[in-house]
Amino acid sequence: MNLNLKIWRQSSPNDKGKMADYKITDVSPDMSFLEMLDVLNNQLIEAGDEPIAFDHDCREGICGMCSLYINGEAHGPGKGITTCQLHMRSFKDGDTIYIEPWRASAFPVIKDLVVDRTAFDRVMSAGGFVSVNTSGRTQDANNIPVPKEDADKAFDAATCIGCGACVASCKNSSAMLFVSAKVSQLALLPQGKVERTERVLNMVKQMDEEGFGNCSNTGACEVECPKEISLENIARMNREYLVASVSSEK
Amino acid sequence: MSNNRSLASITQKVLMALTGLFLCTFLVVHLAGNLQLIPGMGTREGFNEYALFMTTFPLIKIVSYGLYASIVLHAIVALILTVQNNKARPIRYAKNNAAANSSWASRNMGLLGTVILAFIIIHMKSFWAEYHWGSLPLDANGNKDLYEITVTAFQQWWYSLLYVISMVALAFHLMHGFQSGFQSLGLSHAKYTPIIKKVSMAFGIIICLLFAIIPISIYFAQ
Repeated sequence: MNLNLKIWRQSSPNDKGKMADYKITDVSPDMSFLEMLDVLNNQLIEAGDEPIAFDHDCREGICGMCSLYINGEAHGPGKGITTCQLHMRSFKDGDTIYIEPWRASAFPVIKDLVVDRTAFDRVMSAGGFVSVNTSGRTQDANNIPVPKEDADKAFDAATCIGCGACVASCKNSSAMLFVSAKVSQLALLPQGKVERTERVLNMVKQMDEEGFGNCSNTGACEVECPKEISLENIARMNREYLVASVSSEK
Repeated sequence: MSNNRSLASITQKVLMALTGLFLCTFLVVHLAGNLQLIPGMGTREGFNEYALFMTTFPLIKIVSYGLYASIVLHAIVALILTVQNNKARPIRYAKNNAAANSSWASRNMGLLGTVILAFIIIHMKSFWAEYHWGSLPLDANGNKDLYEITVTAFQQWWYSLLYVISMVALAFHLMHGFQSGFQSLGLSHAKYTPIIKKVSMAFGIIICLLFAIIPISIYFAQ
């Protein structure tokens, strides 16, 4: 396959950046999208040019590092996959492919296609945890009964890999799907009940402070999420937030 | 980077949901009364009697102030949300295939809302302001003849067309907005949410279709 690539190049956070055109030839349909970029980078390095910076790590769809807005969709075409799970057979010979970084003021570009997603870490630090006694006499988690339905829903929420595709896909760059998955995961389990009220208030406060947009309930995040996290989590967080706002003494 | 918010994002969305759903209930009442304007469905005197009741009965007057406040609040919060949302994405995508993941209406609520707001201003100027402060003819019972100015207005093709276009905008706004309001309030349920989504579609289409029939039927009945 021969492809025309239009890729965002930006040398540093303060550089203005622009779309640049590249041609790549003899692409195998069996390559993953990231392998195709590896080949392109090898060619750039051999030609003495600056290779394209992009995030990647496990390359098996579990770490949440790979990003890329490909042809107008987070992680490209296809449902329930990350960019490392996207293969070149999804494209046709002669295609033009746009490759852009996640766009959100809360995710500033560091270089080329790499964005700074530490805003998510700060949201997690604000409340995405349970405080557990580590005295050495910690109760076995299996001793606490959890209804199967709740366990399943908590697990589904917990499959969020924090990749940021929800923010990237949302027309408002809203982080509601990510934050609601983290809030839901803990709110559904007995271990999360202790800090339930504070957690949702603090995480939403941090989310807002990071400069993410508001949720318009378009549902784009759910469709583009590689882990298919449900919008039901956003409704649950709205519920948790309302109850917490009314009941909190702060 | 941060947005300077006086209200939390979720609180703003709750305000949008509460005012929006209240405005939905208003639409039902408003439609029910105005169906009398369809030729053959009501009388001049009956409609004018109804208009007098709706503008003088104390309980309805109180609700009407809530209604004006809801329209203003819904529009102001929408404006704030839009400014914040634009600030959250200063650089747009060179290529964005949004149709792959969301409905057109859900992505254009601000645009649709602006059309509806412009319509409300024209609509209130034509009838509401005229009824309260204008010089209206009187009907056989001595009531202000709102029926007369309404029918006269809808007999102009461009005025009726403006209404039909506005109702199309309202239909799309409601199809997304009605069910979106429930989601913002946290009212999501495996059993009921699919029903709410269907009701939302039906509500948008039926309400706006019936509203549009009023000017169309008056225009063609002349």
